[in-house]
Amino acid sequence: MTVEATAGPAVRTQPKIESELLRSRVGAAMWFLLPMLAALAVVAGWPLLRTIYFSLTNASLTDLYGADFIGFKNYLSWTTLKSGRTVFSGLLVDPTWWNAVWNTLRFAVLSVTLETILGMIVALVLNAEFKGRGIVRAAILIPWAIPTIVSAKMWSWMLNDQFGIINDLFLKLGLISQKIAWTAQADTAMTAVLVVDIWKTTPFMALLILAGLQMIPKDIYEAAEIDGVHPVKVFFRVTLPLVRPALMVAVIFRLLDAMRIFDLIYVLTPNSSATKTMSVVSRENLFDFDKFAYGSAQSTLLFLLIAVMTALYIWLGKVRFDGGDR
Amino acid sequence: MRMKSLIAALLASATLGVVAAQAADLAIVSGDTGNGLEFLRSQLDRFEAETGNKVTVVPMPSSTTDQFGQYKLWLAAGNSDIDVYQTDVIWAPQLADQFLDLTDAAKDVVANHFPSIIESQTVNGKLVALPAFTDAPALYYRKDLLEKYGKTPPKTWAELTATAKEIQDAERAAGNPDMQGFVFQGNAYEGLTCDALEWVVSNGGGQIVEPDGTISINNEKAAAAIEMAKGWVGNISPEGVLAYQEEESRGVWQLGNAVFMRNWPYAYQLGNGDDSAVKGKFDVVPLPIGEGEGARSAATLGGWNVAVSKYSKAPEEAIKLALFLSSTEVQKERAIKQSNLPTIVSLYDDADVAAAQPIIPNWKEVFVNAVPRPSAPTKVKYNEVSSLFWSAVHDTLSGNGTAAENLELLEAKLTELKGDAW
Repeated sequence: MTVEATAGPAVRTQPKIESELLRSRVGAAMWFLLPMLAALAVVAGWPLLRTIYFSLTNASLTDLYGADFIGFKNYLSWTTLKSGRTVFSGLLVDPTWWNAVWNTLRFAVLSVTLETILGMIVALVLNAEFKGRGIVRAAILIPWAIPTIVSAKMWSWMLNDQFGIINDLFLKLGLISQKIAWTAQADTAMTAVLVVDIWKTTPFMALLILAGLQMIPKDIYEAAEIDGVHPVKVFFRVTLPLVRPALMVAVIFRLLDAMRIFDLIYVLTPNSSATKTMSVVSRENLFDFDKFAYGSAQSTLLFLLIAVMTALYIWLGKVRFDGGDR
Repeated sequence: MRMKSLIAALLASATLGVVAAQAADLAIVSGDTGNGLEFLRSQLDRFEAETGNKVTVVPMPSSTTDQFGQYKLWLAAGNSDIDVYQTDVIWAPQLADQFLDLTDAAKDVVANHFPSIIESQTVNGKLVALPAFTDAPALYYRKDLLEKYGKTPPKTWAELTATAKEIQDAERAAGNPDMQGFVFQGNAYEGLTCDALEWVVSNGGGQIVEPDGTISINNEKAAAAIEMAKGWVGNISPEGVLAYQEEESRGVWQLGNAVFMRNWPYAYQLGNGDDSAVKGKFDVVPLPIGEGEGARSAATLGGWNVAVSKYSKAPEEAIKLALFLSSTEVQKERAIKQSNLPTIVSLYDDADVAAAQPIIPNWKEVFVNAVPRPSAPTKVKYNEVSSLFWSAVHDTLSGNGTAAENLELLEAKLTELKGDAW
């Protein structure tokens, strides 16, 4: 990215007289990037290609290498019955899959929206000058630092219907009249997952936004103050536009993360259709059921969905990763 | 230079390892609940002292579904880190290719075990695993509470519902708002398949998939059984039962907050522990029967076995460990200390076992009524069959469609899954 940003304009303005120095610098940069690219190809590229390949076969976990190539049958296939009726089968017409897609999208949109709003509020507070700010900044990161499995298990005990502290607290405060099975009931399970996810990742959002806030020059605020602009107006006219590049990058990180949510849902809720996400169903097909190829097809589609969403987001949101704005 | 000496040291230790094959480093996985791991360790210490081998226990989550996914992955990758696996009774047909044939090694002892259990672990003539203990659940009831309200242990599910409701409401009115009538395993996992199979079979509704491979689940009796269970949730059972596995239901029970519980024998020993609020206040009876023609008491056959990975680097020592863990002495210890049911027929008449765990001789009757899950006819597709079944039941219990609708849908899905043959 940095290479493009510095080299790009120079090349465009002087296409013919490209300096020797610049070329050697670009060359050197490529050499520095090479180990990174090689590592990515091995740990991300190769598994991805294998998954796509397996999704086009009839592989099972007990017989990975003796699989036959069957084309797109895992995605969509059809047979015409004797009565002339055509029956479709495969991933693209699988209601379990589309239910999981819907669950994932709903979770991603809701959690990222709420985390962005809360993260912004927390970042604004932390950006203000007050005593003990350093300690508060460190302390707020604790939920983010706890491994997800540990915090999910911790919350599952807190949300337990019989011995959970949440029910006990709410009962004593008179907020509820009887114990609620937060993670078990279909109508509260997703809310419980959202609450835990927001608790966990708001600090991450806050930190990224805070970094953006600190880039804003102080003199703009001083000028606004001298002109007597209302603080709310300052936020929407000065802070928000200037923090937007950092905010957009933070949102896309969280969105990618939320689209592949697995651990929280797996630990916190029963394996029911109310909360199963794309990662959960694809893991189930890959390992629990004898359907490795079908699970690979689901993983591939999950990858494509995330890729399309990211591309759309970058294009529509005009996101740039070099910190500037278009 | 350092690299060279390191390689030399590695080579030396590898050759030494071959020479000293007599004393191997073995690893066994176990997802046991309660104090099962402690017990296993104590037995392994004996094995280590007797054979000079070293055995490491790799603990796993207690959910059998979670364990299976992990084991299948390890075995598919040819992982040699684990030598001995503790396997659920339903896994044999699905993992048969990855385990060693124990027929020869166990030829002197197989006759001591219940033939039906040995049969369940034999796939195409290959003995895949040796039984360590068997399992058949029963109905736990609170003697003190039933006496207090002048009730007898229920024979039918209808009696259970009425008794549970009456005692629960009276106890709640008397100042224990946490009292529940009946707890079971309602989470969407293999345990719900066990519980729901019992309801269906006890009502004469068949075994989901019959031994000959016919899909029988879509019938009125099965639907009535699951509707009955739906009536319990939020009535005599907490709503949270939809997320309970064995340990959560035992938690409620052992705090003294349930009149009845459906659970496996392991809860008997733990319920009589010193830290238990129900110590000496409970007893067990066979699970209730349903209504109408073909109704009978049914207990899902469970149980755990030990299998040896074919990727083990010390197969001979690993087989010794498997034989040890399924031996009469260990099973006797297990029966006395853990109230696990032995698979060795003679132990049911053993005086020491009867003295320590009086329920075990009585359990022979429960065991005779045990129903196997359809893992044999559905072969490698069993997990998916089970998952479809428990999902249909879990949907019904959580109010997502009626039992009749969900079972009709289940039948269609199972037919599609079956294809031409299982």
